[in-house]
Amino acid sequence: MGKTFSEKILGKKAGKPVAPGEIVEIEPDIAMSHDNTAAISSTFYKIGVDKVYDPDKHVVILDHCTPAANEKFAQNHKDIREFVAKQDIKNFYDINEGICHQVMPEKGYVWPGALIVGADSHTTSYGAFGAFSTGIGRSEMAVIMACGKIWLRVPETLKIVCDGEFQPGVTSKDLMLKIAGDIGADGGLYRAIEFCGSGIDRMTLASRFVMTNMAVEIGAKNGYMIPNDEVLDYVKSRINREFEMFESDPDAVFDEVLHYNLADIEPMVAKPHTVDNVASVSTVRGTKIDQVFFGSCTNTRVEDFEVVVSILKGKKVHPNVRMLVFPASREIFLEVLKRGWIADFVEAGAIIMNPGCGPCMGNHEGVPAKGEVTLSTSNRNFKGRMGNKDAEIYLCSPRTAAVSALTGRIEDFREVVDCRL
Amino acid sequence: MKIIGRVWKYGDDVNTDVIFPGKYTYTVTDPQEMAKIALEDLDADFAKKVHKGDIIVGGKNFGCGSSREQAASCLLYAGVGAIIAKSFARIFFRNCINFGLPALTSAEAVANLKHGEQIEIDMEKGKIKTESGVYQFPPLPKEIVGIFDAGGLIPYTQRKLGIEPKEQLNNEDN
Repeated sequence: MGKTFSEKILGKKAGKPVAPGEIVEIEPDIAMSHDNTAAISSTFYKIGVDKVYDPDKHVVILDHCTPAANEKFAQNHKDIREFVAKQDIKNFYDINEGICHQVMPEKGYVWPGALIVGADSHTTSYGAFGAFSTGIGRSEMAVIMACGKIWLRVPETLKIVCDGEFQPGVTSKDLMLKIAGDIGADGGLYRAIEFCGSGIDRMTLASRFVMTNMAVEIGAKNGYMIPNDEVLDYVKSRINREFEMFESDPDAVFDEVLHYNLADIEPMVAKPHTVDNVASVSTVRGTKIDQVFFGSCTNTRVEDFEVVVSILKGKKVHPNVRMLVFPASREIFLEVLKRGWIADFVEAGAIIMNPGCGPCMGNHEGVPAKGEVTLSTSNRNFKGRMGNKDAEIYLCSPRTAAVSALTGRIEDFREVVDCRL
Repeated sequence: MKIIGRVWKYGDDVNTDVIFPGKYTYTVTDPQEMAKIALEDLDADFAKKVHKGDIIVGGKNFGCGSSREQAASCLLYAGVGAIIAKSFARIFFRNCINFGLPALTSAEAVANLKHGEQIEIDMEKGKIKTESGVYQFPPLPKEIVGIFDAGGLIPYTQRKLGIEPKEQLNNEDN
């Protein structure tokens, strides 16, 4: 009987064949934490260990509230800088680099067959690169700092086969929202999700990233895709190590298999206040919006900027809309700057912010007022998520966000003649 | 160990943002202050009226969303004795175990429990005694039960490493 990707990689790490449901203790290849590293370091010292077990395994990236919004955040960042210096954690990226989940692959900490844990739920993202990656808690990260190990349960695998081609303008964000709506916020609970099929094989890296990033929004432990050529080229240009790839065997046993034809996917939104409260964008057309958040680890890569600038160029953001733009990283910011797109955004009236998480979890840089509606390219729209429980968040693709920014209402881009498809 | 308390009953998919809003994750670190904002965006009365030992009952996927472990620890600091749900989101479940907070699954109990009723949980026997009957919950996997029995991941790790605990642990006061 064959094995799935997750069974193979966890078996390799555990040094024995494993089956779903088994609990194994493993040493991750990479352990990532962000602004929560100060709290983690505090717990680490309380354990009673003085030196981090393997400093080279840890990557620390400041992104959640950068630059610091007040003295508490500032102290938090200062504590982290002191901790990484004292513990000789060289893989440290200060507030200028961008969102941890983008900076990780850019700086070469992600590769096919890597086992990565992160003290952040969207650590599932790296499955787009063929890695096994999952989120853990702060105390668990402190224990990895102390002794290098963590327990993981070997997951069952839900296979989602995506064939066919998207209709013009429809993207992996719409697909992922559709899947969330179909199977629910717990549809992948405790399971690995393997995305495969010709639609995934052809998909760009940025589009693949959206899906594994949001795998956690349907409860998954990890998301996984077989790396395609674009992924392998990207990884090889950024790492200097050999890696072993793992793929599910043809006779692997899957817990469940779902099929999607990409041609059937419509532009989608997630309505307030859950990611699985999903509807076709056509059903919410005309909903007035106050803010567009073009940001987050989900949808702010170069290809997303290309879509949004193609819609905004030479036009004006609606006067009643604040459009906040957060490139995912410094590298992406520089690239879109070189392409001349930043000028187009500024001329359109958008506000260019620094790479980082921005208002995604309500810390700063765009917290909405009571009763306001934010249309967001991010991955989560829970009540209070952006810092105000009396505000509403709709999730959508960058294209839907851009078209809607122009009119001040949620638009179905298929109905907007001049959206340059 | 027996846990006796009143039921606070909520629905499906109670997420970490309504349990412990993201805006507080780096600014509210004192356990007493954390307790005051527990469930702030779900039930503003909860933190004011919760009693030690009270039990939260949720539907499916309790604790979905962020990895922030304050979602588990703030409930512990608020006095919550246990959480019973149809299912738990995986990181939240891990965080509960790591803080020694019982996270129990029983769809049957969830279906029958009423807001405000007094119940008794017998951890050794795996039973929930309620007005409508007695419900069983499954034990923790054998690999994990040691973490819970030690009082959480940090004391468990100290034991494993042969370290004598120096102080009362409190994982949030950074």
